[in-house]
Amino acid sequence: MNAVPSPTTPRRRGDALFRGLSRGAGLSILIVLAAVALFLIVEAIPALIPGAVIDSAPNGFFAYVGPLVYGTLFAALIALVIATPLSIGIGLFISHYAPRRIAAILGYTIDLLAAIPSVVYGLWGIQVLAPAVQPTYQWLAENWGFIPLFAGPVSGTGRTILTVGIVLAIMVLPIMSALAREVFLQTPKLHEEAAFALGATQWEMIRIAVLPFARSGLLSAAMLGLGRALGETMAVAMVLSPAAAVTIHLLTSENPSTIASTIALDFPEASGLDVNALIAAGLVLFVITMIVNTLARGIVTRQREKMGEN
Amino acid sequence: MSAIVHARGLNRGWVSSLAVGGLLVAYVVSSLTTSSETLNIGVVAAEGFFFAWVLIVLASLAVEGRRKAVSRAMAGLVYGAFALAVVPLLSLISTVVTLGLPRFDGDFFGSSMRNVVGAGGGALHAIVGTLEITSMAALISIPVGLLTSIYLVEYAKGKFARAVTTMVDVMTGIPSIVAGLFAFALFSLFFGPGIRMGFAGAVALSVLMIPVVVRSSEEMLRLVPNELREASLALGVPKWRTILRVVLPTAMGGIVTGVMISVARVIGETAPLLIVAGFTQSMNYNPFNERMMTLPVFVYYSYSSQGADAQAYIDRAWAGALTLIIIVMILNLGARLVSRVFRTSGSR
Amino acid sequence: MSEFRSGEEKLNIVTQPTKGTSITMSNIAKAASIAAIAALTLAGCAANEGGSGSLTGTLNGAGASSAGSAQEAWIAAFQTANGGVTVNYDPSGSGAGRESFFSGAVQFAGTDSSLSDEELALTSPQCVADAGFFEVPVYVSPIAVIFNVDGVDALNLAPATIAGIFKGDITNWNDAAIAADNPGVTLPDLAITAVHRSDDSGTTKNFSDYLSKNASAVWDAEVGDAFPYSAGEGASGTSGVVDAVTNGIGTIGYADASKAGDLGTASIKVGDAWVAHTPEGAANVVALSPRIDGRSATDMAVAIDRTLTDSTAYPLVLVSYLIGCNDYQDDVVGALVKAYASYLTSADGQSTAATSAGSAPISGAVLDEAASITAAIK
Repeated sequence: MNAVPSPTTPRRRGDALFRGLSRGAGLSILIVLAAVALFLIVEAIPALIPGAVIDSAPNGFFAYVGPLVYGTLFAALIALVIATPLSIGIGLFISHYAPRRIAAILGYTIDLLAAIPSVVYGLWGIQVLAPAVQPTYQWLAENWGFIPLFAGPVSGTGRTILTVGIVLAIMVLPIMSALAREVFLQTPKLHEEAAFALGATQWEMIRIAVLPFARSGLLSAAMLGLGRALGETMAVAMVLSPAAAVTIHLLTSENPSTIASTIALDFPEASGLDVNALIAAGLVLFVITMIVNTLARGIVTRQREKMGEN
Repeated sequence: MSAIVHARGLNRGWVSSLAVGGLLVAYVVSSLTTSSETLNIGVVAAEGFFFAWVLIVLASLAVEGRRKAVSRAMAGLVYGAFALAVVPLLSLISTVVTLGLPRFDGDFFGSSMRNVVGAGGGALHAIVGTLEITSMAALISIPVGLLTSIYLVEYAKGKFARAVTTMVDVMTGIPSIVAGLFAFALFSLFFGPGIRMGFAGAVALSVLMIPVVVRSSEEMLRLVPNELREASLALGVPKWRTILRVVLPTAMGGIVTGVMISVARVIGETAPLLIVAGFTQSMNYNPFNERMMTLPVFVYYSYSSQGADAQAYIDRAWAGALTLIIIVMILNLGARLVSRVFRTSGSR
Repeated sequence: MSEFRSGEEKLNIVTQPTKGTSITMSNIAKAASIAAIAALTLAGCAANEGGSGSLTGTLNGAGASSAGSAQEAWIAAFQTANGGVTVNYDPSGSGAGRESFFSGAVQFAGTDSSLSDEELALTSPQCVADAGFFEVPVYVSPIAVIFNVDGVDALNLAPATIAGIFKGDITNWNDAAIAADNPGVTLPDLAITAVHRSDDSGTTKNFSDYLSKNASAVWDAEVGDAFPYSAGEGASGTSGVVDAVTNGIGTIGYADASKAGDLGTASIKVGDAWVAHTPEGAANVVALSPRIDGRSATDMAVAIDRTLTDSTAYPLVLVSYLIGCNDYQDDVVGALVKAYASYLTSADGQSTAATSAGSAPISGAVLDEAASITAAIK
């Protein structure tokens, strides 16, 4: 009679308990995320209501956060312009050019860049990179200054938005090149061999078989890199010479600041509504990165569906 | 080297001599244009690479034709991209090691900054703080992350599961400074403004760590062959015991690796700790009371608030950076090692 | 493409799960406990901690970063004498220090600009109502105009020239105005990068106040904690400015003289003479300046006279005050603040700051008055 275990036997209870436990963990993720959004919104509201008098933002919150949004996007864009071609090159090098035996080791060397804490990048950026690139900036402004991007007067310290862009590019390079490598390695071997059989050179094979296959993967790698660059804090806070300016000049002393670095620099000193304004700025950053990451995932999902059809 | 070397027309000998020729040209040009004191090895190497590239492409154009020349040119660019990425890594590592070593001594690991003015002192308080805060973050994140991944792989069905997956993705993208703001907002609600404590830092780090643990564990659990589960269930073993006794042990190597990687990721976080854990010059073993120093914040503060004897502060900052990199490298290499050990023992 | 979702964790994980490997939780626990024991051994106790003294507790302060290194020296000496006490000083800036004090987040504040009348009307939850605040000068230091120009070791700068440089009117080192101040010095054809504080700071306020009193034709902005013009380069904190000037080319900035290090510092024009910064010159300014009218007996705020013509004075000076409650709600905190503040206003404390931080020691009647105020803290 007892052959069929009733739901109250210990083993069933064990199952139910464990199931509940793991479901609860999943639920806690939802709760944490909802809490993050909720707390940020609640703390941000006092700065967002019209007529709020904020010391650091005399013209209202949106006039305050506008240049910061611009600076955040601008710095991340510079990083992306530098890092995208490099990461494609590195990905190709490891997947198709480097000898098999050392490819893995080389890949790991690049991964090491991802492991270095951002505060160390900041220290290196301000003490080594900025003084090192300053003469080049001088040269750029003297010879290419007619292009608005390179217009002078050049900062004497090299702590400009371009330097920040370079540091950010180095920081997002490992992720982007790891993803690029991954996509390149998944190119169907048959396509590659077919291209070679048609007499293609190595580059023609890559252009015909590898790159078209990888296009959406590369796009999503770029988006993820962008998401990373947008939220980077310490390296920007330590390197940049900030001003509440909206410019496209890469080499001058007055640079647009970013949301994350402004929060890090101003938060310890803020009080009253300034804190709310900074948290509201953090909320804006949260929304921006969420949009970018969602777009990146959307691309991947579409790609996967497309591949499923084929 | 395959692209450059193996193509017909230019053999390996030709290519090598052209490369050496390029280096020589670069060296001669640099020596003629700049005085010997300012001759920079890096600049010469970069110029050498450029000249070698130009020479090889020109030679290929003459001997092999346009298509092969383009292929070689692109191969050169790909090699160059990799070389360019290695430059900052080398510069960073060599700077951190050379500038960090002078203060990488017994004092640095044996004392705090309490009562230290100018030279001397150490980062013991920061190392202890980092260990405590990171361990607490791991204590929170590993159970939650692991259980969530078990849920997603073993139980998940329907809308709720999809919501969890999406939210884990969203959580992955949270900027670290936003996690810090969240912890601050949460704790200031209970303890009033100006709250600083180590535990709040651990909460902020958990927000960053949980999605990484979920993702890596999930991936590992999914790789466990279904036959194992089915065999165990067929023997009448309850599902929860199957998971604990069969699925988890099988995936354990990968899970441990993933956890170590996630610890390595959060141990270097500065921004959230700067906001919620504060900083102090003294030892503080109690993460639930008062400010707590951590290693990344120690590096940042040593740099940003230098005293009268500035060099002593900068030296300490670099020594802290070196310590931090060593810890992160040990975690990464340890993760590699774990994954290797498990792989070899599995293949027996 | 299937594991393509989130990127980061893809980087290093190449493990395959293994068939039939059995690792037990206890193995992992063993490894973890070994690591934990190693960590605890390491954490044992810092060699430099511990000490004697009857006071115990933690005291948190915040405020001016210019007085940061003096605070460090004071804290070190104070904690050595009172081993049970931990004092933290967060050099987050004068304004932040005052706000943190009034919100009750810290027990004392250091500030480069004296409390305003509006602030005196505020209350702090940690103070006994109506007992008022004390405000005593503890740190007097000259502000140096620091520069980094190859081939130029010494520089004289009149107030109007300094104002022109930092406002962005003078942009090259070979400008006629700089040459006029420095006959016989060869000035290079080099762009000037003027570095100012990007954060709110009492150093900026004192610097700005000096220029607006002495060169009002050029420096026409309102004096405040924030740098008033949008010219030049911003850097965070005193060390940020010093670092930017040190590592830059053709740079000039202003910072607490004790942080100037090996950088060149300019002599400023006082009356008809060129005066270099000295601790004595700074101390003289405080002695020669009047107090602010209408303050309570425990408020020693000084109205610094920037237009002194006495060549023994260096009027580009910064006076940092210690502020706190006359009577704390919590008597334990009151005793701690009293002990700490009394040490700062002792001859011993002043000479400690002078040795370690290069400040101008306060002495004589001013110090006696400050000591009597701090002795009355409850």
